[in-house]
Amino acid sequence: MAIITTTKGDIDDSLLTHQTGSLDNEDEYTTWDEYYLEGELVHRSVHVTLKKTPFTDFTTALMG
Amino acid sequence: MANTQSMCSSFLGQLMSATHNFSSANVSRSSNTADTFKAALYVTTSGTTTTTSLCASVTAYSATVNGVAEVSGTNYSAGGVVVTNGTNPQSNNSSVTAGQGYWTPSASIVYTNVTLSTAFDTMLLYNSTQSNAAVAVFTFGAQTVTAGTFTLTMPSNTSTTALIRLQTT
Repeated sequence: MAIITTTKGDIDDSLLTHQTGSLDNEDEYTTWDEYYLEGELVHRSVHVTLKKTPFTDFTTALMG
Repeated sequence: MANTQSMCSSFLGQLMSATHNFSSANVSRSSNTADTFKAALYVTTSGTTTTTSLCASVTAYSATVNGVAEVSGTNYSAGGVVVTNGTNPQSNNSSVTAGQGYWTPSASIVYTNVTLSTAFDTMLLYNSTQSNAAVAVFTFGAQTVTAGTFTLTMPSNTSTTALIRLQTT
């Protein structure tokens, strides 16, 4: 049993429908948790792990 | 072994801690202590008619950057959240010519108990101490959050995976 923060206030998760999802590609690994109350989305949390990040390569600058 | 033209790896790390100043005059810093970095979220422009976007041309945080709006919603403060910075920039030599300077926040970036109904797909990392100067733009699949938490987990702070990397090859 857990209490979920929702748009309707804190609700026991036993009263909610729980759905999860994920996205896994070369750019990111993302998961989400959704809770529904009588068909209405009342909570959605998202967790993103970036796999690619921008970085700077100084090779051109070095060679002038 | 012949001497080898190379950029010093230590320099790459020092760039991230303001050790060097190539300007012809003193650079005006509003503080000479450690800077505070923040992370702001921006709405997605994918699939819209917007002709501008957050990209390498961004120079500073603003509520609207390159025509793209920052998210807004319950418990989200304009400007985003403070990034936890408990690790100094590092540098690493990987060969006689190659090296890396790198840095990663020391904790995940977390927006707690927010409702963000407009889809967003971008995080702008910026320096709130130094006139909100932009650091980098990060993108991910478009998301919304409903009375929940949005978490960006940081990569390992290594020369090949760190969030911010400067590299010679």
